[in-house]
Amino acid sequence: MKPIVVAKNLTKSYTKGLRALDNVSLTVNQGKVLVVMGPSGSGKSTLIRTFNGLENFDRGELNILGIKVDSTHDERKIQKIRRRVGMVFQQFNLFPHLSILENITLAPVHVQKRRQADAEEYAMYLLNQMGIDSHAKKYPSQLSGGEQQRVAIARALALKPELLLFDEPTSALDPERINEVLDAMRRLARQGMTMVVVTHEIGFAKDVSDQVLFMDSGKVIETSPPNIFFSNAKHERSRKFLNQLDKQ
Amino acid sequence: MKINQKLFLQFGISIIFFGLIGILINNLTINLIRTGLGFDFSWLLKPASFALAEHPLPYTSSDSYAWALFIGWLNSLKVIVSSLILATFLGTLIGFARTGTNSLLGLISAGYITIIRQTPLLLQLMFWYFVGFLGLKDNMFIQIKNIFNISNKGIELSGLTFSSEFLALLFGLSIFTSAYIAEVIRGGILSVSRGQWEAFRSLGISERKGVIRIILPQALPAIIPGLTSQYLNLAKNSTLAIAVGYSDIYAINDTIINQTGRAIECFIILLISFLLLNLLITNAMEIINRLILKSQRYD
Repeated sequence: MKPIVVAKNLTKSYTKGLRALDNVSLTVNQGKVLVVMGPSGSGKSTLIRTFNGLENFDRGELNILGIKVDSTHDERKIQKIRRRVGMVFQQFNLFPHLSILENITLAPVHVQKRRQADAEEYAMYLLNQMGIDSHAKKYPSQLSGGEQQRVAIARALALKPELLLFDEPTSALDPERINEVLDAMRRLARQGMTMVVVTHEIGFAKDVSDQVLFMDSGKVIETSPPNIFFSNAKHERSRKFLNQLDKQ
Repeated sequence: MKINQKLFLQFGISIIFFGLIGILINNLTINLIRTGLGFDFSWLLKPASFALAEHPLPYTSSDSYAWALFIGWLNSLKVIVSSLILATFLGTLIGFARTGTNSLLGLISAGYITIIRQTPLLLQLMFWYFVGFLGLKDNMFIQIKNIFNISNKGIELSGLTFSSEFLALLFGLSIFTSAYIAEVIRGGILSVSRGQWEAFRSLGISERKGVIRIILPQALPAIIPGLTSQYLNLAKNSTLAIAVGYSDIYAINDTIINQTGRAIECFIILLISFLLLNLLITNAMEIINRLILKSQRYD
């Protein structure tokens, strides 16, 4: 099995000695889905942001798609990684001054130097897959949250990434809009996309993930397959967290 | 408030307002009678009989006062427009350096902004004039193949000459204003959410392209109003030209007042000149603003 993400002893400290990441090690193999869970402030977002260089770290080593990066934060290597790794954010972060189509074709045209017409054709294919091709000419503010997030997924897919990172993709959505986004993510997982997903969606984690990684205070508390994690978590801290999620 | 009360209030305020204007006009007339000069603009057509060091259009001392004033207006326009361009360029660079990820550049630009904003413009103009240009040797201090000459007379660039007075004013005004523009630009950039930076970075788009295509278009609506007021300040500050002996509209007005004693007429001319100039700037910026907003109609 080909490893896509290998993290070794990643550590990141803030000035007051707080650790955002504390010796985090993990591996994600090709075609697998890793769900990252944990209370807010546990370092989940920081962790996946180090994978595409949006966050730096102080110690440890990272190997993404065979490209090794360390705390020196080599810009050229990070740029190479970003061209092969897509990311979807909690707040969608679509470009509000560009149309849906322009949002998706910007990177293929300017980063991969593809022809505008080809990029548009592929963008329309992706929008069709997401069920929102009728919105191509609209602007982000004219779409609902769920539609915007599906555009964001299409935008991330436009570079034909080998790894997709999701940072709480449904946390900013109305409850009735969550499923349309989760369904799109389920389809991607079925198609064999390698994914790292920070989420609190237990249903999604149970159905789709291969491993659940639970974090607290920057540390990895446990990594288990979902059937074990949700029925018989090894660690006391994990069980406490799941109990609280259930109450909500 | 009842309608009667409202009317009464407005009536009262109007009386006070027109009363004040009446007092001012009365004072003006009394002063004009005392100096023995009527309110009159016919002197404008008499020969100015003073020389001007700089004139973009032909001018001799036998030309009229009106023509001398027009030359002054052109000189003002020349230094304002060129400072405006230079200040915007410098300010944009420094504003981005200040917000960028490079900590050394950020520190340097923060120092620049602090020093420039914390010292008076007059002092800076004097510095550029006396230290920057008059401090140079008189003949060809730096010379590159007759194409570029810099001396205490100014700069000569392949046939075009710029006097040291013009250059001192250009540098002084541009550098002073650029520090304020840098802060306006920085404010605009900071008004764009962090998520927009993360989004373009995560797509592998370079910093330069991301700033031009993603950040600046969204920052502009927040930048334009602040930029407009900095441009208006620059235009008004250009009257400090008199300190370095550049013949702008204000300096020429000053000479004419000394020669003719027509202070009130001259100040009215000055007032109208600047009103026109600043209305021009305001309207141009308003058009730019509207074009930007129109191109960014999201819904």
